[in-house]
Amino acid sequence: MDLNQIAFGVYPYIALAVLVLGSVIRFDREPYTWRSGSSQLLRRKQLVMGSVLFHLGVLMIFGGHFVGLLTPIWVFDALHVPHSAKQMLAIVAGGLAGALALVGGGLLLHRRLFDPRIRKTSSFGDTAILVILMIQLLLGLSTIPVSLQHRDGHEMLKFMQWAQGVFTFQPGVAGYVADVHWVFKAHLMLGMTILLVFPFTRLVHMLSAPIWYLNRRGWQLVRTRRVLPRRAETLPPVYSQSIVAARRPTPLKGAE
Amino acid sequence: MKVRAQIGMVLNLDKCIGCHTCSVTCKNVWTTRKGVEYAWFNNVETKPGIGYPKDWENQKRWNGGWVRKPNGKIEPKMGAKWRILAKIFANPDLPEIDDYYEPFDFDYGHLQSAPEMKAFPTARPRSQITGQRMEKIEWGPNWEEILGGEFAKRKADYNFEGIETEIYGQFENTFMMYLPRLCEHCLNPTCVAACPSGAIYKREEDGIVLIDQDKCRGWRMCVSACPYKKIYYNWESGKSEKCTFCFPRIEVGQPTVCSETCVGRIRYLGVLLYDADRIEAAAATPDEKDLYQAQLDIFLDPSDPAVIDQARRDGVPEAWLEAARRSPVYKMAIDWKVAFPLHPEYRTLPMVWYVPPLSPIQSAASSGALAMDGEMPDVKSLRIPVKYLANLLTAGNEPPVVQALERMLAMRSYMRARTVDGRIDHAIAERVGLTAAHIDEMYRYMAIANYEDRFVIPTTHRETVEDAYDIKGSCGFTFGNGCSGGKTELGLFGPKTRSRAKTPMEVK
Repeated sequence: MDLNQIAFGVYPYIALAVLVLGSVIRFDREPYTWRSGSSQLLRRKQLVMGSVLFHLGVLMIFGGHFVGLLTPIWVFDALHVPHSAKQMLAIVAGGLAGALALVGGGLLLHRRLFDPRIRKTSSFGDTAILVILMIQLLLGLSTIPVSLQHRDGHEMLKFMQWAQGVFTFQPGVAGYVADVHWVFKAHLMLGMTILLVFPFTRLVHMLSAPIWYLNRRGWQLVRTRRVLPRRAETLPPVYSQSIVAARRPTPLKGAE
Repeated sequence: MKVRAQIGMVLNLDKCIGCHTCSVTCKNVWTTRKGVEYAWFNNVETKPGIGYPKDWENQKRWNGGWVRKPNGKIEPKMGAKWRILAKIFANPDLPEIDDYYEPFDFDYGHLQSAPEMKAFPTARPRSQITGQRMEKIEWGPNWEEILGGEFAKRKADYNFEGIETEIYGQFENTFMMYLPRLCEHCLNPTCVAACPSGAIYKREEDGIVLIDQDKCRGWRMCVSACPYKKIYYNWESGKSEKCTFCFPRIEVGQPTVCSETCVGRIRYLGVLLYDADRIEAAAATPDEKDLYQAQLDIFLDPSDPAVIDQARRDGVPEAWLEAARRSPVYKMAIDWKVAFPLHPEYRTLPMVWYVPPLSPIQSAASSGALAMDGEMPDVKSLRIPVKYLANLLTAGNEPPVVQALERMLAMRSYMRARTVDGRIDHAIAERVGLTAAHIDEMYRYMAIANYEDRFVIPTTHRETVEDAYDIKGSCGFTFGNGCSGGKTELGLFGPKTRSRAKTPMEVK
């Protein structure tokens, strides 16, 4: 088994397994440590601009990678999107989002390293993950000049085949990316490493993105020790309150 | 009608001497941990002043509480759900720690370890966040203690709304009062509404509002949403924390730590029954000045057979109904109407109520003659402007505050007549709409204030829903796993941070 096979055939599975198992175990065993870790209270300066730009940029990049890598290529073909157009879209949108995230992340990293309050209250993991993300951003952005030499999108196809191959458990997926430029390989390696360390850092907060809040019925939450009827709908209507059972252990998914 | 019970609190500000015993005992029990050094679940402010955190009453700045929309519905002042969610990356309505104060400790060790020097050694302050030297302490949790600081800054007090402040800056006209503050355990809490994780909830059995520490993700919307700024972000654990109303004590029938230790006997705890179906309508009352009355209207008479009947059907235990009939909070807030909610205009329907303080007669010093209303001094001549108290307690509606102050003055006149002149003066009682029996009872509760009259707390019936064997040997109050204190010394996921605030002191 050569180095390429280990890096792109075995390592992805290690990283994904740790990502899934680690996150599940942490959520179950250590819910008290599961948090966003905001430091806005300690210093507002540079956070407002930095955090907004960083998060917007990263979310766009995340969405781009997710859709771009994991959508089967026949979907694009069926939609008559030429590979070269998809490649250009990735370069332009990715470049813009990357620039946003880079500026925001730069502000946040500067704040984390040079603001005494933030620096003294940062754990090793807090600083390390931000540095890793910034390196990953720089690596990602530095793939753009390389990609501009393959505007027909055939290089991009390799990554799609590789990523989809990993998720569909195809043997020999490492072969797809054996001969790509080293910048891509570094970007992939570091990306998988981020997945590997994900459960051990504050990154887990993204799994708790509270989008469900938009769908919450009413405003108020009341917990009761009473034994509730199985269906919450049978409860008498009370002012926009969701009543959830509060028996030990605290149920996380209540009958809302 | 949906009957629910809540343990409410009344604070008799007329007797508060501002000793801070409540704050200190609360702090010793709940917030001596790292990350919440700056947090005081209970603090005592001197009014007028901008308070802690600075300017907390100014909702134009912090966007706490609720607003009534043109369509008659209410929503948090922070905005609709999507607006709240849009603030998640950086919350523009969040105070910075300097708005509270940068927590500090002193280098006490230096006093003992300093070498022989020409000058006395001193214990200089050190930040508890960074561990670095603080050259000057700029602000603290009680910076305005007993009118500390210049009036020019204190007059930014929100309760001066509609009052000409200039004369109150003069020494002869100055006034002050103490305001102990804690979580209001509102009937319509904005913190609960604004929490995107759904981690904050109100307990159905006793109305206590709590934060589920395992479910809190530190999105910090509750800190902004609470108009009383009584939710604190623990900067070490990354979770929000708040006054728990000492629920482990309340559940077994004991008063909260702040109430138990109050040397002035100003705090009262008792059951109030309310109609949960009418909360929304009450909170959406069009005119802010009617909110006090609207909240009074949703409390139910615990002696009314129809209420008792419905309460039983809604699962309120018998001991709680009995406690509701003996509740000192019900007597003061509803029977005698001498206690008021704090800032009802926030539309949160708070459940910690305040008896406004009497104050020295203002005009006596200047004119030599008291403004008398019959045999009693006119409450308008009291040193604390009625308008100021009304802005604090009834959204600016003066008559209820005037009536409460008159009743308290009447209690004094009546008792003076009874003990000095040896006669029962029914006229005094009747003038303020009470009977002699009422005033006797008011005297017993408000002046004598015996322990068993102040605290009427039924125990929680956990035995009906929990198997005691299951919780045998478990920890009553923990953070996270098992008996964890919330701090992980060693672990894959633990927030192990570098040591910051060094207690061993440098000699410099």
